[in-house]
Amino acid sequence: MSEQFEAPQTTSQVASSITNEVVIQMLDVNKWYGRFHVLKDINLTVMRGERIVVCGPSGSGKSTLIRCINRLEEHQEGDIIVDGVTLNDDIRNLDAIRQEVGMVFQSFNLFPHLTVLQNCTLAPIWVKKMPKGEAEEIAMKFLTRVRIPEQADKYPGQLSGGQQQRVAIARSLCMNPNVMLFDEPTSALDPEMISEVLDTMVDLAAEGMTMIVVTHEMGFANKVADRVIFMDRGEIVEQAPPQEFFNNPKSDRTKLFLSQILSH
Amino acid sequence: MAETTAHHIPKPDREPPGSYVGVRGWIMQNLLSSPLNVFMTLLGIVFLWYSVPPLLNWLIFNATISGDTRDNCIGTGGACWVFVKIRFNQFMYGFYPSEEQWRINLTFAVLFIGMLPLMFWDSKLFRGFRYKRELAVFLLFIFPFLAGFMFYGGVFGMPVVETSQWGGLFLTLIIAITGIVASLPLGVLLALGRRSNMPVIKMLCIGFIELVRAVPLITVLFMASVMIPLFLPEGVNFNKLVRALIAVALFSAAYSAETIRGGLQSIPKGQYEAAASMGLSYWKMMGLVVMPQALKAVIPGIVSGFIGLFKDTTLVLIIGLFDVLNIVRAASQDPKWFGLAVEGYAFTAILFFVFCFGMSQYSIFLEKKLHTGH
Repeated sequence: MSEQFEAPQTTSQVASSITNEVVIQMLDVNKWYGRFHVLKDINLTVMRGERIVVCGPSGSGKSTLIRCINRLEEHQEGDIIVDGVTLNDDIRNLDAIRQEVGMVFQSFNLFPHLTVLQNCTLAPIWVKKMPKGEAEEIAMKFLTRVRIPEQADKYPGQLSGGQQQRVAIARSLCMNPNVMLFDEPTSALDPEMISEVLDTMVDLAAEGMTMIVVTHEMGFANKVADRVIFMDRGEIVEQAPPQEFFNNPKSDRTKLFLSQILSH
Repeated sequence: MAETTAHHIPKPDREPPGSYVGVRGWIMQNLLSSPLNVFMTLLGIVFLWYSVPPLLNWLIFNATISGDTRDNCIGTGGACWVFVKIRFNQFMYGFYPSEEQWRINLTFAVLFIGMLPLMFWDSKLFRGFRYKRELAVFLLFIFPFLAGFMFYGGVFGMPVVETSQWGGLFLTLIIAITGIVASLPLGVLLALGRRSNMPVIKMLCIGFIELVRAVPLITVLFMASVMIPLFLPEGVNFNKLVRALIAVALFSAAYSAETIRGGLQSIPKGQYEAAASMGLSYWKMMGLVVMPQALKAVIPGIVSGFIGLFKDTTLVLIIGLFDVLNIVRAASQDPKWFGLAVEGYAFTAILFFVFCFGMSQYSIFLEKKLHTGH
């Protein structure tokens, strides 16, 4: 028998932009912290344009999973291939991948000594060798897109949490990435500010960006995701399109998790 | 029940009570807030009453400055500034020939004027000045050599002035400025090296820092002056001043390194991760993201170290260099000015205070300028 969960309320579904082109491939990836086996035989293929939401209890390895994709964490076994480039000890491969993959962190990690605009132009100028004027033009374009162009000359410390996170998204977009990774982007925000960040992410999804989002915002998952992945103890326990995932979860572990986070 | 929505009108802001603001508020809160505080305030007034007037009498009101021998000062009960006045040139330049002293004045004037746009980069006067980067490169990498030629001479028809004739405040400033300017980049490199993942570099940096910090500066100077020549082959000889400069710079670098390492440890891991995730290389990450924040966080500690270094330059007397304190000491042993050491030392104290207090005030100014929080 299967228990029924009420799927989170949504206003409208964002149209899928999924393609047939593989952009990220993880093959039998294993990772340990010391003796602690944090990722176990992870196999994951992400298509260009696909939006994936990763959820699971804390300590399940979901953040570690996406942090392995741009090698903020090193995996010990298996292969990770991003846009045809294999992640290994070759620095050039790593540089290439990090320019392709943008990341948004739970704690924003804006550079507090630089203005919002300088935060956005730093990497384009110093990594992509873009002229300053062009970098600023692009930065303003993305700041406008996340709806805070008027804050460009302020310092991060003068902004609210939601504004800071939107700047962080704009900062990543300035590098023109093919893939965006979101590591619990709304977990450090006051409730009033969660929606402004989620709206920005929904806009981004609607434009066809490939996204992997670690989040507990099930409304967002239902609205945007092509696929929801549930992780527990370093394993991918279940993955399915959101309708199926929420309405008809297969494993009892998933059911327990959903009942805990959707019950109130 | 009928559904009504009440329109909420926010309360207007009120002024705080009078005892919290203005001069009266400040006095009530800071000087007279409790019986103990009242007592301490009275104690402070008594202390100032008994200490400040006699000090001012000695320093200014009863002091003598006219005349040119110590006989002019007899029986006044105040300081005899005649001594300082007559020996002032020596206190400033040491035994540097007076007809060549324009070289020192000119060089320091250039340095001082050149530093202004960099120190006060944000002021109205210098905001429009576009060549700050070029100016900084000039001051750091070209000016020191020009200054060396100016001071030592031997070029453009300027007679050679041996470093043994250098002295006074001139020598103190050379040692202090060289130590400060050289120790900061060295300290940065040592701090990064100590946190490096590469074991050889890490061990070398730890070894250097711990060795230097475990030895008094006097020992380092003594080693530089006396021991190093023993190890050098016959005929090879470094100038004594150059050896002292290197010793002071390396000594100070070890301390700066530890202060900077403290700053590096205060930078959250997320800053490194954000920089790395955007594809910044190690040096770009350190130079553009981490180090600016780390250095900003340790400005008080760094400047404190520089102030210490400035005062420690007086230790060069151990290797026979005549910095300002040593030359004052020597001058006060002159029988013509016997018994006036206090005036000499008071003058030196004021001189040191001006420079050290200046550095401290500039550090506060920098902290405020670089503050980007709420």
